[in-house]
Amino acid sequence: MTAILTTKNVTKRFGGLVAVNSVDFQIPDQSIVSIIGPNGAGKTTFFNCITGFGKPDEGEIIFEGAPIHGLRADQISHLGVSRTYQNIRLFAEMTALENILVGQHTFLHASWISAVLGLPSVRKEEKDALNEAKRLLDFVGLKGHGDTLARNLPYGAQRRLEIARALATRPKLLLLDEPSAGMNPSESEDLTVFIRRLRDEVGITILLIEHHMRVVMGISENITVLDYGEKIAEGSPKEIQSNPRVIEAYLGRGAATEGMEDAHERHQKKGG
Amino acid sequence: MMNNTDKENFLWAAIKIGLLGGAVALFISLVGMAEVFSKRDVVEKTMTLGQFVLLAISVASGLLAARRAAALLDKPNAASQAAAGLVAGFFSAAILTLFVIIGAKINIRTVFLNASPGLYSMLTLNQGVSGVWILSAAGAVSGLLGALSLSLPNAVRRPLFHAILFIFFMALFSGLFRVVMINQSGFWEKTAKYLFSQTGMTRPGAAIFFALVAAISAFWSAKGQAIKTDVANLPKGGQIGLRVIAFAVIAFIALGLPLVSGAFIAQVIVIVALFILMGLGLNITLGFAGLLDLGFVAFYAIGAYTVGLLTSYGQYGLQHISFWAAIPLAVLVAMAAGFTLGLPVLGVRGDYLAIATLGFGEIVRLLAGSDFLAKYFGGPQGIIGIQKPCIGVLGEFTKVDVPRVCYSLFDAAKPGIELGTPQSIYYIAVASAILIAFVSWRLRESRLGRAWMAIREDEDVAEALGVNLIQTKLLAYMLGAAMAGLGGAIFATLIGSIFATSMQLIVSINVASLIIVGGMGSIPGVIVGAIALIGLPELLREVSEFRYLLYGATLIIMMLAKPEGLWPSKTTQRELHHLDAGTSAE
Repeated sequence: MTAILTTKNVTKRFGGLVAVNSVDFQIPDQSIVSIIGPNGAGKTTFFNCITGFGKPDEGEIIFEGAPIHGLRADQISHLGVSRTYQNIRLFAEMTALENILVGQHTFLHASWISAVLGLPSVRKEEKDALNEAKRLLDFVGLKGHGDTLARNLPYGAQRRLEIARALATRPKLLLLDEPSAGMNPSESEDLTVFIRRLRDEVGITILLIEHHMRVVMGISENITVLDYGEKIAEGSPKEIQSNPRVIEAYLGRGAATEGMEDAHERHQKKGG
Repeated sequence: MMNNTDKENFLWAAIKIGLLGGAVALFISLVGMAEVFSKRDVVEKTMTLGQFVLLAISVASGLLAARRAAALLDKPNAASQAAAGLVAGFFSAAILTLFVIIGAKINIRTVFLNASPGLYSMLTLNQGVSGVWILSAAGAVSGLLGALSLSLPNAVRRPLFHAILFIFFMALFSGLFRVVMINQSGFWEKTAKYLFSQTGMTRPGAAIFFALVAAISAFWSAKGQAIKTDVANLPKGGQIGLRVIAFAVIAFIALGLPLVSGAFIAQVIVIVALFILMGLGLNITLGFAGLLDLGFVAFYAIGAYTVGLLTSYGQYGLQHISFWAAIPLAVLVAMAAGFTLGLPVLGVRGDYLAIATLGFGEIVRLLAGSDFLAKYFGGPQGIIGIQKPCIGVLGEFTKVDVPRVCYSLFDAAKPGIELGTPQSIYYIAVASAILIAFVSWRLRESRLGRAWMAIREDEDVAEALGVNLIQTKLLAYMLGAAMAGLGGAIFATLIGSIFATSMQLIVSINVASLIIVGGMGSIPGVIVGAIALIGLPELLREVSEFRYLLYGATLIIMMLAKPEGLWPSKTTQRELHHLDAGTSAE
């Protein structure tokens, strides 16, 4: 299996703090991979390095055989990497459809002059874009909410809209930062099904940051564990669940008898 | 016992409201507004504008106190509300009364320049100190009337309110109407003299307007909804027909206006149109893309100077091309300036951006007016002798300080049409404003407009979605600058000369204010904002003296009461409506 994304020795520092410490990592094409780890383990920082939100201080990030670690976020997006955010970052004062249309920015070509002149080609392009946006809205189950301002959508709908917006960039690799945060068990179950559909039907490779162990264990083919910016384990869900280093990172030494999920949730409550 | 404490509460509340109103009244008296306003009549020989404003404060105090009483009392009744109104009205005049009494004993004019004998006599109706009882009584009665108006049925109160408001505005603008109508002579002149006096409205004029507006308002509140439904139910052809008629009427008025209005009104409209151009430009950078630019006047200046240098027949004229050829060049130069400003401040955000752009505006103004560059830009003397636009063929440039002659297109011996007056520039300015409003609208609906708004909302996320920040931000600066440059170019030809001193920071602040008052990112909002903040003060001599005081008050009130602006953009409007519908359904 070829890797769609490979990181070699990626390091990111904030002043004296090493947020991500020489992480080597691979995502096989067409797979669903998760990154887990306690709060502050550097997961989101690692995401930011991949998507161009902050360049890594050291190391390489190779996407489809080409280095992307020096590129701007918009260039990385062009290559086919898209993401969602831990704390939802929609364009609050724009409608749901407009949010998705921004995601299609790269695929629209009208210059400002032709837009002002209202050329037929521009009109066709806009019409197609709108249809595509409606299709995506439908796909994430938000049919009929197109004209609502993003900030007025309910929480769950905002999460789904963010995914629709990310899909509008036609990504090959989609990074989801805690997509099930704030969801109840049945909603997380739906999400799991939805993410699988993305991979199976659309053919997108998925990289997840996730705290809900039920989601992580149920969906991932491969899990990477970060702690204090370092990769401490990698493997299938089964391997991870029984890895003593992982249990130690989550629970502290000597607590290995407890169920991982309970402990994890307790940890979350304590941390958040 | 319980009831008793309640009663104290509501009267005490009335006193507080009254004193607050009194403080406002005292303030506008001491800044000189009351006295200036009293030179203008609302109704001739009956009430001056100054009296009207002061009484309005008392009426409003009474009304608010009565409302407050209704909220405070367990069982509100008309008598206690009236009492609250009376008390509030009395106290709203009490501070002024006290002021008149003190002013008669001690000379406070050394501190408050506007505490003049004229003010005292205005406040006491020329009765001297012994006339203060009139002031108190008038305040109390106004307060009472304000309170009583609450108990009137809506069908009466609303027409009354509309009629009084209309008379107020009519009185403010009576001078303008009078001049315009008298210019037409004959029937119009007679009508004008019947309706308007030299300083305001005549009594019959006021009565006619009052009756007319009250009747229309009453009719509309009774039948308006039915008419709206009827129009909505019209077949499609009928609706289009109505729109065509409405459009034709507006076009007819817009085209004919300068023919009857005279130079002054035309010039005011031109200035409003120029501010609309600047406003639309800043609306792109600030309203759409969220990039605060406090040096926006620089682009206006650059447009104006470009036209000046390219067309002037004075000593600083570089070329002597026609206005029409200079306009696109001015727009291009302004665009280039937008690019030049945009490049260094690309990575600068928020407050820092405001300061950086403010610096840019000042640099442009200081350079244009400096002795250092005086041999190019005329320094403090500015550039004079800017060629007027000519519809026809321009004659040769002969020598400095001699304008080029404008010949007819068809017959080189006959004079062409020179657009020298404000009335003729009006057409250029208004057409440009309409064109640019259209361009703004198309841009807003385009891919670029969405990218701008995405940057305004969250530029990191916009970038991660594939929006090239450098390109998109630079385009916002360039297109915004181009619109302001067009405004400056027309300004140069309107005035015929330009000076660096007219390109002050305050112009940029005015433009930013009009966008905020109109509604950020809203194209009609820019137009409404420019009319309210630029047009009205230009038209009203009395008001223009206190322009910035009223600006400040308007901005504060707007931010508190209607932060989305006078005419917010469509989505905001629809969303608010959507939310209302949502809550009422729940």
